[in-house]
Amino acid sequence: MTTPHTDPVHLRDGAVSIGGRPVLRGIDLTVHAGEFLALMGANGSGKSTLVRAFTGLHPLTTGHLELFGTPLHDFDAWQRVGYVPQRASAASGVPASVWEVVASGRLTRRSLLRPLSRADRAAIDEALAVVGLGDRARDGVSHLSGGQQQRVLIARALAGEPDLFFLDEPTAGVDLASQQALAEALGHLKARGATVVLVAHELGPMAPLVDRAVVMRDGRIVYDGPPLDDHAVPRAGLEPDLGAHAHHPDPAHHDHTPHIGSPLEGGQA
Amino acid sequence: MELFTLAFMQRAVLAAVFTGLAAPAVGTYLVQRRLSLMGDGIGHVAVSGVALGLLTGTSPTWTAVVVAVLGAVAIEVIRERGHANGDVALALLFYGGLAGGVLLTGLAGQSASRLQEYLFGSITTISRTDVWVTIVLAAVVVLVCVGLAPQLFAVAQDPEFARVAGLNVRVYNVLVAVLAAVSVTVAMRTVGLLLVSALMVVPVATAQQVTRSFRTTLGAAMAIGTAASLGGLVISAFASFHARVAPGPTIVLLALAGFMVTWPLGVFLRSRQRMRAPFPAVQPEQHEVTDEHPHEHGPTCGHVAVPHGDHVDYVHDGHRHAPHGTHYDEH
Repeated sequence: MTTPHTDPVHLRDGAVSIGGRPVLRGIDLTVHAGEFLALMGANGSGKSTLVRAFTGLHPLTTGHLELFGTPLHDFDAWQRVGYVPQRASAASGVPASVWEVVASGRLTRRSLLRPLSRADRAAIDEALAVVGLGDRARDGVSHLSGGQQQRVLIARALAGEPDLFFLDEPTAGVDLASQQALAEALGHLKARGATVVLVAHELGPMAPLVDRAVVMRDGRIVYDGPPLDDHAVPRAGLEPDLGAHAHHPDPAHHDHTPHIGSPLEGGQA
Repeated sequence: MELFTLAFMQRAVLAAVFTGLAAPAVGTYLVQRRLSLMGDGIGHVAVSGVALGLLTGTSPTWTAVVVAVLGAVAIEVIRERGHANGDVALALLFYGGLAGGVLLTGLAGQSASRLQEYLFGSITTISRTDVWVTIVLAAVVVLVCVGLAPQLFAVAQDPEFARVAGLNVRVYNVLVAVLAAVSVTVAMRTVGLLLVSALMVVPVATAQQVTRSFRTTLGAAMAIGTAASLGGLVISAFASFHARVAPGPTIVLLALAGFMVTWPLGVFLRSRQRMRAPFPAVQPEQHEVTDEHPHEHGPTCGHVAVPHGDHVDYVHDGHRHAPHGTHYDEH
């Protein structure tokens, strides 16, 4: 075990409230360098919220979080962190090529108004090659399949050459072939010695990569230990076993819903 | 051609070119965030700014800039704080801005036709100072939009990813709002506050019918915006020998005509793209041979050839025919 001062993620007694409601309570979690950690649990168990707290997207209500030994408040080495948010699509309102989306992941290492260096271009090309989309660089990202778009999002995080990865359900709604491609890309990361925190419902082809499993239930950690197979997770989470097929994405996602009744209220829905 | 030797026409041409460049540059980022109507919201707020200038006897251009920037920042704040879709915030400001503008103009004792110069543009009466203000502001907008393109693209594409990448998302959001407000006031004299959003959005919508990357969309939108703005001005100038043709609406209608021409092309390109997307590389369950086949499939047979694993399937009346030795298989 490395010294606690340089662990990629070190959270003590963390709690997160959203809109005044406690969502995560009493979270103690340390992720060691080079570890491949699977964060598992049912919908609404708080695993995505925990990852968003690690990246600073959700502020901690209480507790102390350090990334690479630096308190989050003072942390600015964001080029060391790669984040793959949970997205149904990598597209936006204007066409963008695969290359352009992946290149935006390189911004962590570029200063303002400086053109792309040779190292930047090489990192972007390598990221595309790792996820197996080297030949699709010039295609519009909206023309790709759902699984290929997830691989674009992973390549975007890879382009910054970070050594700590947060992946939020990259396999949700992705066909088996793309899951295999994702698993290969993650295996490549692991071989490079990167630390990976993977939020997943079921591991599928990624199961052999996992060193450690953390299971959450209702905002608390209920299991922390060696990897579990997919069917053992509900038992570890003290949940009724719904089988491996009750894996629908959370429909109550608020980001894009207009709240007509309260346009001026603070806080996040 | 001697029309262009007239000083007012030269000023109008300059204003049209710079407006045509700047408005679609910001518009691209607004469309990317799916906030196409933001320019309209800011335009309505700027009406109040113009009226404030008329009321206080100061330059309406500068009061419009100040009020539009404040309105744009307010829209951003409501969007962020309320965690709401931008459209509610926009709606609130639309009505307040327009009602306030008309009320203040009345209070100032100005006629509706004075306000109309700003609502629908009056590019041919633009003064020398106004041309310089237009050129400088438009140049700033274009430089920022192109120079900071990587950052602005990343923030608009995925704000959460951009934040974890260490970008100050709030600063960039406010920057885009301020740029939008500035280009609204820049375009105010060209196409008018009520039509300004058209010059921000229509060229982008036209460009993305045929483009696949962000950079080409941005460049093409700026080119289309300039062409529409200049073309509309010239058409209206020549047409005004015969009838009263206002430049503002002509520019907007010309831009829309451009979209109408490009749209079928976009529909065709997208449907072809869908048709030619490779089939998943799954082997069929069983070996099924097609009936007697009237012709040989090939590059010239007219049937769409779609990659399928290591070979090509020919789409044939709802079937997929794969060449297999001397016959075709159903895939």
